Amino acid sequence: MTSHRPGLIALTAAALVAVFLLLPLLAVVPVSFTAARYLSMPNGNYALTHYRTLFTNPDWANSILLSIRIGVVSSALATTLATLFCVGIWMFRPRFGAALVGFVLLPMIVPPVVSAMTLYFLLTGLSQVSSLVGFDTWLGVVLAHVVMIVPFCVVLIMVSLSQVDRRIDLAARGMGASVWQRATRIILPNIKFGLLTAAMLSFVLSWEEIGVTLFITSVNAITLPRLMWSGVRDNIDPAIASISVILIVLTTLVLIIRMVYSSLRSAPKH
Amino acid sequence: MRKPLSSLSFLVLAGPLLAFLTLVYLIPFLGVAQWSITLPEPGLTQYQRLAGDPLVLSVFLRTFRICAMVTVITVIAAYMIAYVWVRGTPLQQRLAELCILIPFWISVLTRAFGWLALLSNRGLVNSWLQSLGFISEPLTLVRNEFGVIIGMTHFLIPFAVFPLASAMRSLDERVFLAARGMGAGPLRIFWKVFVPMTFSGIIGATLIVFVFALGFFVTPAILGGGRSVMVAELIYLRMFQSPDWGLGAAISVTLVVIVAALMALLFRYARLGDTGVSK
Repeated sequence: MTSHRPGLIALTAAALVAVFLLLPLLAVVPVSFTAARYLSMPNGNYALTHYRTLFTNPDWANSILLSIRIGVVSSALATTLATLFCVGIWMFRPRFGAALVGFVLLPMIVPPVVSAMTLYFLLTGLSQVSSLVGFDTWLGVVLAHVVMIVPFCVVLIMVSLSQVDRRIDLAARGMGASVWQRATRIILPNIKFGLLTAAMLSFVLSWEEIGVTLFITSVNAITLPRLMWSGVRDNIDPAIASISVILIVLTTLVLIIRMVYSSLRSAPKH
Repeated sequence: MRKPLSSLSFLVLAGPLLAFLTLVYLIPFLGVAQWSITLPEPGLTQYQRLAGDPLVLSVFLRTFRICAMVTVITVIAAYMIAYVWVRGTPLQQRLAELCILIPFWISVLTRAFGWLALLSNRGLVNSWLQSLGFISEPLTLVRNEFGVIIGMTHFLIPFAVFPLASAMRSLDERVFLAARGMGAGPLRIFWKVFVPMTFSGIIGATLIVFVFALGFFVTPAILGGGRSVMVAELIYLRMFQSPDWGLGAAISVTLVVIVAALMALLFRYARLGDTGVSK
């Protein structure tokens, strides 16, 4: 098998890095149970006050609902646009395909703060035309999030398209299938797992987006990260710790389930 | 082969996204670029200010210094954990994967907050040190450059792990057998054979981390506490605290030019296919 396993030094170094990676996530847990109204250790007084706040304070509930709505709509739009684009590039292999893909990946490469300024420019401009899509509206945030997450969808869908056997598509074409039939009957069913992953990743990315959201919202469209941001910046609110613990536990559970599922699925093949 | 019908189908498929990004991203960016040469008056004044203003220059220098330090620490740390992720026993691989992916999927805000909980004056580290009697006054561990470096390194490690791991996975197993057969010990195999063979991954990881670090905003703003402002935060401050849109736009354009130059380097020295951005 693998002839070259990590030795003791390498394992120790990796363990230190692992501790460094997990430490801040664990540190949130005791803080979330503090009885005080500022960031502190519980020191024996454990309380669930800050978990209760998440449910009783309408600000938290509203921002969670808003983030879910924005995430679902942005993810659906971004996945659809990216799917159409990638299938087009894959089927027709245009001469400047690489340049076109490079262009749609730009929002991933350009520093987020520059994208934020660009989208601020766009949305303040749109505000003068329509009050529905503009600065500090939920549709404005959706527009901005689609821009920011669509490159990630394109990368994921391109990866899963690259694993599709072109000969299936050639066979379909040889038997007279139209472009529409090839796309819907041959290509899409072959990449449905990739599409699902893209939709999930783009929801998560929208759900936690803060860099751009900060520039394009002020008082109306307060997403969950936007609310957390004000709680972290002004005076540190321990409710942030409790929402963080919930998010960390959810993420960890999903990852462990995924890991167990994929090892169960791949095990019988050996 | 290239029939008009097929180019029409191509446009219907790829057109929407291209049109969307042109309208809501490319054109507005040109608008921002235009701000940089028209606000407050037409001309290159903002770029002259950028080059001559000691405050702006010091922010750029600090950004480069912090990014360089963060990049070196991040790539070394990522290399160690990527090594175990790729070459450890199955159990070690699983554990390493969880340690990489859990932080990766958790939002940057939560992670920065975790460091606050750990390092702030009433945080875990200071509480423990005080209750154990090592210190009487809390140490200032965040709201300074130290905090920024810690937080950014933590955020960027997973992004460095993916290109490194994909470089490590592509190695030919027989080379190590040959090295061992010729009498090299494990340490020597690691330094003289393994590390040099992953060089393209190291270059890729370095550039990706540096580019990401340059435009970083959230972590420095939270953990720097306004004391060690970096370029991205300067843009934010110029936009919203001292409305100076012209200068903010000029800094943005400069940042894009720097990133474009670095990306050109990346494409030249490490093919993007090797960097495993898609993990």
